[in-house]
Amino acid sequence: MSGIIETAGLSRFYPGDGAPVRAVDGVDMSVAEGESVSVMGPSGCGKSTLLHLVGGLERPTAGTVTIAGQRVDGLSEAAWARLRRRSVGFVFQAFHLVDELSAVENVELPALLVGTSRRAARRRAMELLERLGVADRATHLPDRLSGGQQQRVALARALVNEPVLVLADEPTGNLDSHATGEILRLFAGLREARQTLLLVTHDPRVAASADRLLTMRDGQIVEDTRLDGGLPRQAVLAQIAGWEA
Amino acid sequence: MREAMLAMLAKEPAHGYELRQRLIQALGPIGEVVNSGQIYVTLGRLEKAGFVRGVQVEQSAAPDKRVYEATPEGREHVAAWLLDASWPKVAPTEFHLKLVAAAATGLADPVALIDAQRRELLRRLREVQLLAESEPPDGDGVLILEGSALRLQADIRWLEACEQRWSARRAG
Repeated sequence: MSGIIETAGLSRFYPGDGAPVRAVDGVDMSVAEGESVSVMGPSGCGKSTLLHLVGGLERPTAGTVTIAGQRVDGLSEAAWARLRRRSVGFVFQAFHLVDELSAVENVELPALLVGTSRRAARRRAMELLERLGVADRATHLPDRLSGGQQQRVALARALVNEPVLVLADEPTGNLDSHATGEILRLFAGLREARQTLLLVTHDPRVAASADRLLTMRDGQIVEDTRLDGGLPRQAVLAQIAGWEA
Repeated sequence: MREAMLAMLAKEPAHGYELRQRLIQALGPIGEVVNSGQIYVTLGRLEKAGFVRGVQVEQSAAPDKRVYEATPEGREHVAAWLLDASWPKVAPTEFHLKLVAAAATGLADPVALIDAQRRELLRRLREVQLLAESEPPDGDGVLILEGSALRLQADIRWLEACEQRWSARRAG
């Protein structure tokens, strides 16, 4: 069975001094529907570029990307915009909120663009802001929000159309521990709704929330391992306590 | 755990079963791995060391039970234990030496060891986070889980620093 994301030989090279820089270098990856996968690796290993290639923000030098059975690496800009609006939610390190719109207006915008009624869009937007702990900031313009609040508004916007695939680049980069906890709970909710999550992160808490871990180094996936279903409960508890099981 | 049991007996005498219940109460989900065999073995050792004294108490409806109380030596030992600030398990030292040894002998790739260690710690962190989510927020066990999660996060971040160092050495 094919996954929600399939890549084959996916590569992205940039011109460098002499030899090209191989930011992403022949990645074959398959992510199943409903899976959550974190990508870790040192700075400059190509993990953000990989996410951009999967989300259509950059074009591959070579190789293919398939999302939910559809080849997307050759799509036009307009076709990508449609796909991102309906099926792929993207959370960036930078928030890209519309400065002239309030927090809740920013969140409901993608819903209105796909024809959701004003009432339903507002209800869904408020529900997400509530779950992320920023409902009391709903009517504020972005410049009145802290970095962490803006990040949560951007996350709510990415989720408002219930995309089958959520791509997130350092989604907790600007957040304190409490706000990070709220985002992790929201991600757990995505898993229950069988939405697929691919996230790039340095934060151990975020990485550990995933079912599966990909480690990148020099543009390649050097390790692909499951984090879930390892140890029996008794062994886990004994380890936490520092006792032998 | 030996000293924690002794401290509970210094507060008030108890028999083994009561003591186990008190420990479980204090430990939240971790209490599940406290078995009664462990309790009785530890009580025996504490008694041998002169830190507790066991007294046989007759019961009409049930077999006799043995009630334990802390001796003055036991109380002194608990007081010293409470003031001892040494921190158990100095993981970084041992792991660092492992990496140095791996590189020196060529028997293992330090970066691969770091990857394997990180994988293991992320798995544990995942389990701790799941346990914390399922605990009532005001339960006693939550604090243990939070402490465990923060330590794991610190260790994982430290492994990142190790990785940078050892990757650079390998490349250079």
